[in-house]
Amino acid sequence: MIIKALFFYLFAILSVASGAMVIIARNPVHAVLFLILTFFNAAGLFVLLGAEFLALLLVIVYVGAVAVLFLFVTMMLDVDFAELKAGFIKNAPVGALVGGIVLLELAGLFLLHGFSTGASGVTQTAMPSMGSGIDNTTALGRVLYTKYIYFFQASGLVLLVAMIGAIVLTLRHKEGVKRQSIAAQVARNPQTAIEVVEVPSGGSIIPSTEGQ
Amino acid sequence: MSQETQNMLLDYAIWFVTYALLSALVMVVLLVAIAFLLLMDRKVWAAVQMRKGPNVVGPFGLLQSFADLLKFVFKEPVIPAGADKIVFILAPVASATFALAAWAVIPVSEGNFFGLADGRWVISDLNVGVLYLLAISSLGVYGIIMGGWASNSKYPFMGSLRSAAQMVSYEVSIGLVIITVLLCAGSLNLTEIVNAQKVGIGASAGLPQSILDWYWLPLFPMFVVFFISALAETNRPPFDLPEAESELVAGFMVEYSSTPYLLFMLGEYVAIVTMCALTTILFLGGWLPPLDVAPLNWVPGIVWFSLKVIAVFFMFAMVKAMVPRYRYDQLMRLGWKVFLPLSLLMVVVVAGVLQYGGLV
Repeated sequence: MIIKALFFYLFAILSVASGAMVIIARNPVHAVLFLILTFFNAAGLFVLLGAEFLALLLVIVYVGAVAVLFLFVTMMLDVDFAELKAGFIKNAPVGALVGGIVLLELAGLFLLHGFSTGASGVTQTAMPSMGSGIDNTTALGRVLYTKYIYFFQASGLVLLVAMIGAIVLTLRHKEGVKRQSIAAQVARNPQTAIEVVEVPSGGSIIPSTEGQ
Repeated sequence: MSQETQNMLLDYAIWFVTYALLSALVMVVLLVAIAFLLLMDRKVWAAVQMRKGPNVVGPFGLLQSFADLLKFVFKEPVIPAGADKIVFILAPVASATFALAAWAVIPVSEGNFFGLADGRWVISDLNVGVLYLLAISSLGVYGIIMGGWASNSKYPFMGSLRSAAQMVSYEVSIGLVIITVLLCAGSLNLTEIVNAQKVGIGASAGLPQSILDWYWLPLFPMFVVFFISALAETNRPPFDLPEAESELVAGFMVEYSSTPYLLFMLGEYVAIVTMCALTTILFLGGWLPPLDVAPLNWVPGIVWFSLKVIAVFFMFAMVKAMVPRYRYDQLMRLGWKVFLPLSLLMVVVVAGVLQYGGLV
């Protein structure tokens, strides 16, 4: 138990510290790298809770894909740091207000319901009764595909719509851009691809595709 | 401190030392194996081009990799003046560490490993082993992106951008291919996946356990997709666009020298061997003998496992030697327009066959 507690404090301290560094770091790329460290430590906390499936999902989805794209975008940004610093003082009261409201809400929640996991009705329904020998991947699948199947499918549809939206917004066909068509290349044969030209003696030929 | 606490700490210390030694053992064996696989890679490449390959250091050039190691380590590491120094050094370290971390969950044989490691030939017999491998292999891209960006130079940056897009694209199809295997095996544990391959098409036809039972046969299209995606995921030719030497000099590694460069190369080759091992586990029956009869099943599982990994690596080396590099848009087309629909369709087909064929 003592070892587990030590690891909990290690992950917790690191995730809070790196979360703070996300905001403090001057360089946006460093900020994203600290964000990745935060994700890692959150995954570590999940593992300590015995939710290894969620932990690895967090690493695969957020660290492996989302954060890569974050990093991708941040690296290309040309951020003016002086301008950012100037805006900081102006926006600080708004940020403090939002932070204060969230803090009050969380404090109210925890003071009313306490910290024990069984206190709230929400956590009780969300926890499946796991039989012995069932790992939490199976347990999660059983709840997700039976009790919450409509929510699960609906969230999938939302993601599909978002994906189609992104493609529609970025897909454009420019005129005059050469594109490779594999089907057209494969469909070529000697009859359509080669033109045999008789060159008259002493004369010359001008290929039909040029000079127009 | 009470007696109980002392005992617990002592137990933990023993546990910790055991696993530290096991990890060190796996790492040493892996690194020595990679030294020779690297030589094999170069020898195969040379043979295809009718050259001799490295043949100076040691008999048949066997010690070439060790000579290279010494050379890399004793050179001076150069850090460009404009580089982001911390990230620049962190990148190759991250690359090598993530690649090595994958081997914590790869089971190399069945049965008892001298009474250690929970009685299995693997450091951690994780019940979500496949997901762990997927997570770790998706982290490999960070070494490349960080290296490319921190170099503060044009070609490395181009290389890292290409790499980011490439790895994210091919992870999708690798994930879907793995899902088809998981549907058949019914477990995310790598040992269970291999054991599930003891009974398959061949066994249901009345034959003894053999090569025909493994998943490469029923999932053959997925085996091919996985192999090609593995090439792309590990930046091997013909998909080595992040370091395409004819366009980008050496891509993300341009500014690296000495030990940091060595760490990048090491990370790359460890990732390649990991992918070979994963192919072996998912499709080629892991440590199972090709035919379960007397002389063949006396051979220890780890020998079969190693032979299969070497065979897959040989395929990697042959592809490197024979296939010209893809153009970037062709690579993206293959990943998103061919492999993604194909593997998605196969997930539906495999799930349908398992459900309505009464095989679950």
